[in-house]
Amino acid sequence: MSPVAVTTARSSPPRPPAGPAAHRRRARPARRGTDGTAGYVFLSPWLLGLAAITAIPMLMSLYLSFTNYDVLSDWESTRWVGLDNYRQMFTADPAFWHAVRVTVVFALIATPLKLAAALGVALLLNRGFRGAGLFRGLFYLPSLLGGSVALAIVWVNMFNRDGAFNSFLSWFGITGKAWVNDPDWALGTLILLAVWQFGAPMVIFLAGLKQVPVELYEAASVDGAGPVRQFFAVTLPILSPVIFFNLVLETINGFQGFTSAFVLSGGTGGPVDSTLMYTLHLYIKGFTEYQMGYASAMAWVFLLSIGLVTAVIFRTGRFWVHYSDGDD
Amino acid sequence: MPLRRLSRPVVLVLLAAIVLYPLLWMLGSSFKAPEEVLNNMSVFPEAFTPGNYTDGWGHFDVAFGRFFLNSAMVAVLTVVANGVSCLLAAYAFARLKFRLRGFWFAIMIGTLLLPGHVLIVPQFVMFKTFGWVGGEWPYAPLIVPQLLATEAFFVFLMVQFMRGIPRELDDAAKIDGCTAYGVFRHVILPLSRPALVSTAIFSFIWTWNDFFRQLVYLSDLEKYTAPVALTLFIDSSGQSAVGPMFAMSVLSLAPVFLFFVAFQRLLVEGINTSGLKG
Repeated sequence: MSPVAVTTARSSPPRPPAGPAAHRRRARPARRGTDGTAGYVFLSPWLLGLAAITAIPMLMSLYLSFTNYDVLSDWESTRWVGLDNYRQMFTADPAFWHAVRVTVVFALIATPLKLAAALGVALLLNRGFRGAGLFRGLFYLPSLLGGSVALAIVWVNMFNRDGAFNSFLSWFGITGKAWVNDPDWALGTLILLAVWQFGAPMVIFLAGLKQVPVELYEAASVDGAGPVRQFFAVTLPILSPVIFFNLVLETINGFQGFTSAFVLSGGTGGPVDSTLMYTLHLYIKGFTEYQMGYASAMAWVFLLSIGLVTAVIFRTGRFWVHYSDGDD
Repeated sequence: MPLRRLSRPVVLVLLAAIVLYPLLWMLGSSFKAPEEVLNNMSVFPEAFTPGNYTDGWGHFDVAFGRFFLNSAMVAVLTVVANGVSCLLAAYAFARLKFRLRGFWFAIMIGTLLLPGHVLIVPQFVMFKTFGWVGGEWPYAPLIVPQLLATEAFFVFLMVQFMRGIPRELDDAAKIDGCTAYGVFRHVILPLSRPALVSTAIFSFIWTWNDFFRQLVYLSDLEKYTAPVALTLFIDSSGQSAVGPMFAMSVLSLAPVFLFFVAFQRLLVEGINTSGLKG
């Protein structure tokens, strides 16, 4: 998912470019009505997709969440169970709370670490020098490969008992354990895998850094601000919309981690539910236990939670995101 | 000062070594003998064992080449479907005036952040009702949504790109008698090639790497794509399978890597100039 971030954030900090053109359009006499139908003709595949692939399934999933639907038996034996699925989820399914905890811990640790790594390396690469482009490419590579099953397999083996990481530790006389089989450490290896893919947000930070006007640094320098002061007084505020954007995207991505947890645990969320990401629990409930009503209820709780978290981030953004083209 | 100037390259080289190590280790280990795959942290194999590749290729009842073909088919069809459908929608959003455009555009932006996991259950139920799950060609659930421009990210990417195409070109074409369709055909389509290329590359890479949806919809070994097939190695593990597992992992990442090498500039940079008006 990571490259998503690249364009979205890149395209969002500046204002929509339509400004002057829009004025010109308005000044011209109104257009003939052909666009109206043409617009809907061109939009029709998207509209159909919105209805059939997104909106209707969403409503359907809301309905299913109040039933005991299980895909195997026919519709006749499906019963309306009211809030039972939700009640079971919150009060009678300890694995659900495990999943919530694992997911929150994962997102809460992996996202800031990943963003910090991305920003740090972006700062190192920012002042153009020969080879900067090469490094940027190399650091970006994990973002393209890291989400795959293949890489998760390699990662798990690297942190196994006999894995390369323990061979490295043995240089220092430390006898490592099978990190991926230890409930206390398994999630940590997945967090490390997520942080390793810092390249995508890094690329966005680099683009943001290019937008910082050089005059501001010159002015700060004239005023006697050292590099550290300049970072906090100039770079961070100007970069804050980009940081905000990366934060939103990476947090949402973090909540959705599935592949690496599936590979590490062989699809079970083990050891001892320590890698039971929310999406993995949802998958197990829906597609191995066929409790599709319950899985639908989980999906809705997931959707509302992500919406809530996003709203909170947006809310706090008011206090620390600084838009240079505003009045402030 | 000179110390500072020196420290940055050193730090960067060190970082690059750490970041690239897992990839190099994976590549090197895919040529190692079974007993050294895991515990030899060196990138270079002690006993060069190319046999891992042939072993992995024939490890299951179905040759691994079949899984790669399936993956390639899904990816290529997705690329085409995304390109066509998202371009049409983007043209409507970027250039045409119609009632409720702003409303639909806001909804499209909203779907950008909608997690795919939320809809997987009802979509599965729906596609199963259609009879699309399982059977001779179980890939329809993976491709039909892309035909309907559900990958909002690409719609957004193309809208941003088209906003950068001068409107004077549209107007000139209209004066020459072009309708909205003519403008699309003769102005927007040819000029949108860079956005189409970006879409194609990202579509391919994401679909190639995608696991969740393929895991849900593919249940027949013959129909497996490469990522789903790779998970079979996890179950069948044991020392002997580790080498072949690494070999097939390397092969499955090769197309993405080649795309990266071929389009690095575009992936890292080009896509941005298309979306970002600096």
